[in-house]
Amino acid sequence: MTRGEGVRSEEERAAEARRGPAGVRRGGPPHMQMGVPGEKASNFGPSARRLLGKLAPYRAQVAVIVTLSVLSVALSALGPRVLGRATDLIFSGFISARLPAGTTKEAALEGLRASGQGRMADLLSSMVLTPGVGIDMSALGRVLLLVLGLYLLAAGLQWLSGYLLASVIQGTVSRLRTDVAAKLNRLPLPYVDGQPRGELLSRVTNDVDNVGTSLQQTLGQLLISLLTVVAVIGMMFSLSWLLTLIALITIPLSMAVTGAVAKRSQGLFVRQWKHTGELNGVIEETFTGHGLVKLYGRQQEADATFKVKNDELYGAAFGAQFISGTIMPAMMFLGNLNYVAIAVVGGLRVANGLLSLGDVQAFIQYSRQFTQPLTQVASMANLLQSGVASAERVFQVLDAPEQVPDASATPATRPATDAHGEIRFEDVSFSYDPARPLIQHLNLTVQPGQTVAIVGPTGAGKTTLVNLILRFYELSGGRITLGGVDITQVPRQELRSRIGMVLQDTWLFAGTIRDNIAYGRTGASEADILAAAQATYVDRFVHSLPSGYDTVLDDEAGNISAGEKQLITIARAFLANPDLLILDEATSSVDTRTELLVQQAMAALRSDRTSFVIAHRLSTIRDADLILVMQDGQIVEQGSHEELLAKHGLYASLYAAQFSGAGGEVVSAGGAAGGRSRVSAT
Amino acid sequence: MLIRVILTYARPYTNAILTVLALQLATTLAALYLPTLNAEIIDKGIAVGNTAFIVRTGGWMLLFSVLQIAATVCAVYFSARTSMGMGRDLRAAVFHRVGTFSSREVAQFGAPTLISRTTNDVTQVQTLMFMALAMMVSAPISMVGGIIMALRQDVGLSWLITVAVPLLILGVGVVIRQMLPQFRIVQTAIDSVNRVLREQITGIRVVRAFVREDVETVRFGHANTTLTDAALTVGRLQALIFPIITIVLNVSTVSVLWFGAGRVQTGEMQVGALTAFMAYLMQILMAVMMATFMSMMIPRASVSAERISAVLDTESSVVPPVNPTAAPPHAAQIELRDVSFQYPGAQVPVLEHVSFTARPGQTTAIIGSTGAGKTTLLNLIPRLFDATGGRVRLDDVDVRDLDLNSLWAHVGFVPQRPFLFSGTVASNLRYGKPDATDEELWDALRIAQAEDFVAAMDGGLDAKITQGGSNVSGGQRQRLAIARAVVRRPDVYLFDDAFSALDLATDARLRRALKPVTQHATMIVVAQRVSTIVDFDQIIVLDDGRIVGQGTHDDLLLTCPTYQEIVESQQAAQDEVAA
Repeated sequence: MTRGEGVRSEEERAAEARRGPAGVRRGGPPHMQMGVPGEKASNFGPSARRLLGKLAPYRAQVAVIVTLSVLSVALSALGPRVLGRATDLIFSGFISARLPAGTTKEAALEGLRASGQGRMADLLSSMVLTPGVGIDMSALGRVLLLVLGLYLLAAGLQWLSGYLLASVIQGTVSRLRTDVAAKLNRLPLPYVDGQPRGELLSRVTNDVDNVGTSLQQTLGQLLISLLTVVAVIGMMFSLSWLLTLIALITIPLSMAVTGAVAKRSQGLFVRQWKHTGELNGVIEETFTGHGLVKLYGRQQEADATFKVKNDELYGAAFGAQFISGTIMPAMMFLGNLNYVAIAVVGGLRVANGLLSLGDVQAFIQYSRQFTQPLTQVASMANLLQSGVASAERVFQVLDAPEQVPDASATPATRPATDAHGEIRFEDVSFSYDPARPLIQHLNLTVQPGQTVAIVGPTGAGKTTLVNLILRFYELSGGRITLGGVDITQVPRQELRSRIGMVLQDTWLFAGTIRDNIAYGRTGASEADILAAAQATYVDRFVHSLPSGYDTVLDDEAGNISAGEKQLITIARAFLANPDLLILDEATSSVDTRTELLVQQAMAALRSDRTSFVIAHRLSTIRDADLILVMQDGQIVEQGSHEELLAKHGLYASLYAAQFSGAGGEVVSAGGAAGGRSRVSAT
Repeated sequence: MLIRVILTYARPYTNAILTVLALQLATTLAALYLPTLNAEIIDKGIAVGNTAFIVRTGGWMLLFSVLQIAATVCAVYFSARTSMGMGRDLRAAVFHRVGTFSSREVAQFGAPTLISRTTNDVTQVQTLMFMALAMMVSAPISMVGGIIMALRQDVGLSWLITVAVPLLILGVGVVIRQMLPQFRIVQTAIDSVNRVLREQITGIRVVRAFVREDVETVRFGHANTTLTDAALTVGRLQALIFPIITIVLNVSTVSVLWFGAGRVQTGEMQVGALTAFMAYLMQILMAVMMATFMSMMIPRASVSAERISAVLDTESSVVPPVNPTAAPPHAAQIELRDVSFQYPGAQVPVLEHVSFTARPGQTTAIIGSTGAGKTTLLNLIPRLFDATGGRVRLDDVDVRDLDLNSLWAHVGFVPQRPFLFSGTVASNLRYGKPDATDEELWDALRIAQAEDFVAAMDGGLDAKITQGGSNVSGGQRQRLAIARAVVRRPDVYLFDDAFSALDLATDARLRRALKPVTQHATMIVVAQRVSTIVDFDQIIVLDDGRIVGQGTHDDLLLTCPTYQEIVESQQAAQDEVAA
């Protein structure tokens, strides 16, 4: 992308300049501008068609846009031709003025031939000459006004079509985003859980954004570029087929050149990305582990690794930048060759009276106008590729299987649910992966008002069990009933609105503390929120915050502690006032004094409600009406604390392990990994 | 700031930059000469029917085209070398500067922003530099050259330049001015849409359990509408730019023809000169436009340059001693005398008048609520921070007088967030002692209660660890971090809440296993759980940066109300332990 302004069309430069603001807007790594390493769509054709299909609701607007573009391109394609007339008028007027006045054109030509200027006579033979009379200014004025009108109209139409196109594209992207957001609500949880971390997120955010950007940058230009090529070639043929053929030779040439350079630079860009990633990894690691690097005396090694990676990146970045930077000069050179060829061949033909000067002028303008959209289409190919690849990834989310629809029973026929009733698991089986059964033939009855504690090693299925009650997963066998009604016969929303949940992972959204508590119940009054906050000890620490309940919890929520966050989630569940509670106690120790409050708040929440507690704390286990000991998806023991201790089974050993303190033989229980596979070392 | 950064880091490339300037001048001159030659074809070739002249001039045009591409390619070469080289140097400078920082500066900036300053911000400046050399510098040359050439063709039409140029700047400038704030609005709107979606995914269980799908849909709808509106405004403004440019360019062309025709009529101007003048005017307008658009890059790069300079201009608060003393071998006694620490500009000190001594063979615990200053206190010992008041001493030598490497060699540190480096289990364990044998590694793993799971990992010691240790669980990460410290067999062990992810049983076994190896070492442990530290020789109770209690568990139960409170909160568990 270097210049050589003399031989580039105004459109080309304007288009290049136009990419300026877009570059600022995208904010992507700027070295991407010259070549996005193609993340390719696996099904380009079908995905591209489907993406275009998303424009269907705007059929009428699209038709108008296409019409406007065709008109605009046609008008501006006429411009140089008419402008050529103006040049002819000036040129012939200029010549006429030098011929003796009062004679006719023929007489003047004869005179020239007689004086041995035969060539001059040939040149003038095709012109409209009035010897002795200068430039016909009024004719020139008319022509120029016509051109001006053409250009103004073309620009106006172009603006209008761009204006409409913006609405179509933004509307389409907005709908796509809405579709994706709505889809999120219908995706089954196993699907969401099964996605690699961040993958789904990146699809619904980055990919949707990328689709928008690509559409915006390609759609309008692609249309204009293609139309321009057609119009310009047509105009060129109408002027001179010989010159047109000369100009057309540049097409395969420029394609070969861009192709060759793009191929080389593509590889270099891939290398550059790879090295950028590696270098960023080194930087990230060194900075994140800053203290360790120093204390363990590794600063020099870190510097050395950095230097190697930094130099590698430099090599790759330089290569990529240089090679891709030669595309523009090369294309320009081809353009220049074209220019020279047309100037010479055209000049000779004018001299021989076979073509007018104005036509050559016009032709030069056309030839520049048609190489430029070709290069543009080529450069848009990458952008288009990546846009369609993103669209494909979004479509994959949109096409993901949805959760089983709610039972369609009408309120009249649907049995009334009573969450105060007993909960029964009848021969329940469930697994994430059919090949590896998790919960099998599980039976359980819980009486209303009971507190059920669930204990067991990691991976035993504790969390899965409570998720089944919320119908986050579909059973593969058996049924769960609530007050005698199969929970699959109740709409999910109705079922869940009866259940409150406090998770170990204290999820809060970016908003004020008040809003986060109010999340528990729609339309909760300020008094309700305050009451919930007071009952769960949130009120206490909120008072010490400068903005109180209006304190905004940012993404990191760094302004309050982990324990305080947990209190807010408890307040949220408290406000929801559910009949049934599911609590997942936090394992990692929070600030000790807050932890006491958390325990008290959870106890307040539990009172008089049927509750399931995934327990890590002894106080909960001891007080529970029923303790379920789970292992490998089975309830291996159940009963009260005393009963289970007396059994001297798994519970007793888990219990001993956790609290042996300085004790001897131990079975690791709650530890993250210890328990499952024990292989002795070397 | 941008200029300062560029001037400083461009110095080694002065020759290359001068070469680029010369080449760009050559390119521009060649480009400028082409229309003149074309004009000659018309005036001296076509107008007089001299075909030989036409062909000869065509040859000259070809030659200049070749010269032009040669110069351009060379200019791109040197531009790429200079800008990428500057980027590399700048990146290295920032990286090394951060390397000199103490944890205090790193904490003040925050690791994520330091990372993006070293990577993205440097890339910004690097790209600006490339654009500047490859394109921007040619804009003024092209403009001045174009004006000179245009004047050479005809002075009488030069007033057109003075009208067209401001018109173009005004037209494009007004639209861009409108667009710039919109870009920011769009960016904010994108962020908020993405935040809502992110929350919908990460909080999917909460959303569904509380039946808030509809609320989320409304929330998303608002964010989406804001984004769509802003993007639409930008799109519509963008649709204006191209037509504006076309109009200015075409009106200029038409004007040149009209006013030029008058001058041709009166014989003041040649027809070829008219065409050439037109070409030059276009060239000038293009240069102006290029400069206008390029200038849009400058604000962003300036912000980046400022962020880079902020790092480069920050001095580490931990200054290595001028005449360093080497720490005596096996120095282990840690003494804090009236130590205070306060962040510059902070109203409240983090630590105030803290004094205690930790002796070799002794275990010292630090306990207290979040924000009490426990981690800060621990960081003062190996000079990750420097105390702002009082003294920290290792075996009676002020740590500030010690050679930093010899001080660090004495310390085995396990941070609150156990951080592992990408590599293997072994490379992580050898981090502090590169020459440790496999036997030593297994020994450390055994002590850290990590032997079992490492043995079970695919590859054992050679099992891969991904960046940050994300492929092992929190508890495993913590035990590997402990093993890493143990491999060094340091004289001073510093554990910052390093047992939090372990269950009580593992915690207990680990501490028991540590005893023999730490017999002659000083051990300082920041802890949350009372059960971890009941049998420690000395417990320091911190509250709001002050020591409110000091002694053994039994002493403190009697004398320290804060400690009693902490114990009470864990009472349930304590009872069980006693039982």
